[in-house]
Amino acid sequence: MDLFDFKDGREGYYGDYGGTFLPEILYSTIEELKAEFRKAKDDPTFWQEFIELMQSYSGRPTPVTHLSNLSKKLGGAQIYVKREDLNHTGSHKINNVMGQGLLVKRMGKTRVIAETGAGQHGYATATMAARFGFESKIYMGAVDVARQRPNVFWMENMGSEVVAVTDGQQTLKDAINECLRDWVTNMDNTHYVLGTACGPHPFPEMVSWFQSIIGREAREQVIEAAGKLPDRVFACVGGGSNAIGLFQGFMDDKDVQLVGCEAGGFGPGKGNHAARLAYKDATVGVAQGMKTYFLQNDDGNMLETHSVAAGLDYIGVNPVLVHLWEQDRVRFEAVTDSQVTEALKLSMRTEGLIPALESSHGFAQAMLEAEKMSKDEVILINMSGRGDKDIFTIADALDDSHWKEFIKQKADAYSSEA
Amino acid sequence: MPLNQYLAQQKAKASNSNRPAMIMTHVVCGYPSFEANWKALEVMDSFGVDLVELQFPFSEPSADGPLFVKANQEAIRSGVHVEDCFEFMAKVTAKFSFKVVMMGYYNTVFKTGHRNFLQRLKNAGAHGFILPDLPVEEAAELHSIAKELELAPIILMTPTNSDTRLAELAKSADGFIYTVARKGVTGSGTDMNAEVSGFIERCRAFTDLPLAVGFGVSKAEDVEFIGKHADIAVIGTAALKAWEEQGAEGLTAFFTQLLH
Repeated sequence: MDLFDFKDGREGYYGDYGGTFLPEILYSTIEELKAEFRKAKDDPTFWQEFIELMQSYSGRPTPVTHLSNLSKKLGGAQIYVKREDLNHTGSHKINNVMGQGLLVKRMGKTRVIAETGAGQHGYATATMAARFGFESKIYMGAVDVARQRPNVFWMENMGSEVVAVTDGQQTLKDAINECLRDWVTNMDNTHYVLGTACGPHPFPEMVSWFQSIIGREAREQVIEAAGKLPDRVFACVGGGSNAIGLFQGFMDDKDVQLVGCEAGGFGPGKGNHAARLAYKDATVGVAQGMKTYFLQNDDGNMLETHSVAAGLDYIGVNPVLVHLWEQDRVRFEAVTDSQVTEALKLSMRTEGLIPALESSHGFAQAMLEAEKMSKDEVILINMSGRGDKDIFTIADALDDSHWKEFIKQKADAYSSEA
Repeated sequence: MPLNQYLAQQKAKASNSNRPAMIMTHVVCGYPSFEANWKALEVMDSFGVDLVELQFPFSEPSADGPLFVKANQEAIRSGVHVEDCFEFMAKVTAKFSFKVVMMGYYNTVFKTGHRNFLQRLKNAGAHGFILPDLPVEEAAELHSIAKELELAPIILMTPTNSDTRLAELAKSADGFIYTVARKGVTGSGTDMNAEVSGFIERCRAFTDLPLAVGFGVSKAEDVEFIGKHADIAVIGTAALKAWEEQGAEGLTAFFTQLLH
């Protein structure tokens, strides 16, 4: 099954979803990007160059780890994890970013911009820009800047300018709007490195293609480790890039259940969460360059969203995944903030693994289902990022008193310096 | 009266006066309030503006600059709904002699439903609509309903478009063409120079419709420049800025300097 041949429909559409909804001023920029991407995709040496770069720079292939302690404790399915956390910069975001970096070189552009929510994509983009010698500017909602300071620190130290966006809800969607505003002004020398499989065509296809490296590796690795294909595959879904990356490896394996895990936040009810498909609060709309499901009101204005995980705190969802959901190929579930925190604790205590709060959504849903599965069944979870960079947020979520004490001492020390 | 006919009539009027170009102004519905909108429109009407864009506020105004972004957000925060915008539009078109076009983002239209939205626009007395994030490839159905209802889909032409693309855009257009004087978002000033006039000439080669020039028009010289090369000067951010600074008085002073 090739999701991207567009043989039976319009280019850039997945069923009724996707498309390119952008101001006319970007028309020629998008045409140029589409042409360059098409050339790269048809050129086998490009993919080879990409693989070699990811091996030498980011430590790929990332391993698949059997969580034997956790599997035993839950008493059900055997749980395996694809370790995207072991990439350089600590998440799967680097796959897409390095791929787009190679395209930017081909297009001869010298400046990159990116939006970031959790900060992982901005961090990866800052890294790529430093490595390739591009000028870079990262847009980040002011709320996210406040909750993800450590990532901002690294971006700035790698030479990126980080702009705190104070419009709207001051989160990921507002950072995307700000990137579009920059892009309509500076498209001549600037490429917009969109971080997830959302936005206008060709981004969903392009990001999915670079992230497919996850699924290609994982299918072989899990068969090798477990002796069979997984019965169920879990991945968290914010924009949906790590999920589509992993799922593509199993698209033709009809018996493998694919499960997208959304941010249930405080639970169902408009404004309480960022679950577009698992809950019934989202409807189809057109915004941020694409047609897909959005958390919006009857006027088509976007709702507030909430999640403990900044990277999942987003109004829209990957149009490719919506299409697969409508075809019953991907199942969607939502887990709440408190379920996620519990899953994270269990993973740390039993396996010594710290999944990012985003990735912990996949863990939480997988743990719920593993218990009810038999011991010879196999689960694969995408650990899309590592959690130690979330130390401030996780410490808050766990209400850790030792950490609070440390921060107070640090603050006192800084203020006595001043 | 269809928009084309109205503009032809206004153009004849303008050429018999000392007004260098026709004028289109812009109001964000409900910002700072509908009462303030009304007062601003009274000022605009007193200066004989030809057209007004009424912007329906949207939560993700990604083609707008900082001042309009704020205006959109504040309007939504203060509880302005699509319904209120239609009601206001009906009052405006009943009272004033300028013609009104709707400006906004496609999701507002999509969520209301193509036919429903355009029918309500028609009922409210609008003559056309401007949707900067709806490319012509996606607009076929909407434009065919618009044609049926005699509403003009206003198309944007931009300096980055190739001649091939300008020809395509011209095919979908009606009423007038909104030519975007420069790259970027609404708001900051544009240097009206040979580059802009060259671009306007290029657009002119592909259409007989009146050409409006927008993005960064704020001075009397800008309007004179547009009068020489095109037909309609679009006054957006600069007028809202004048209103923000000094209300109706500031707006009156602004238009006085702009139109002598």
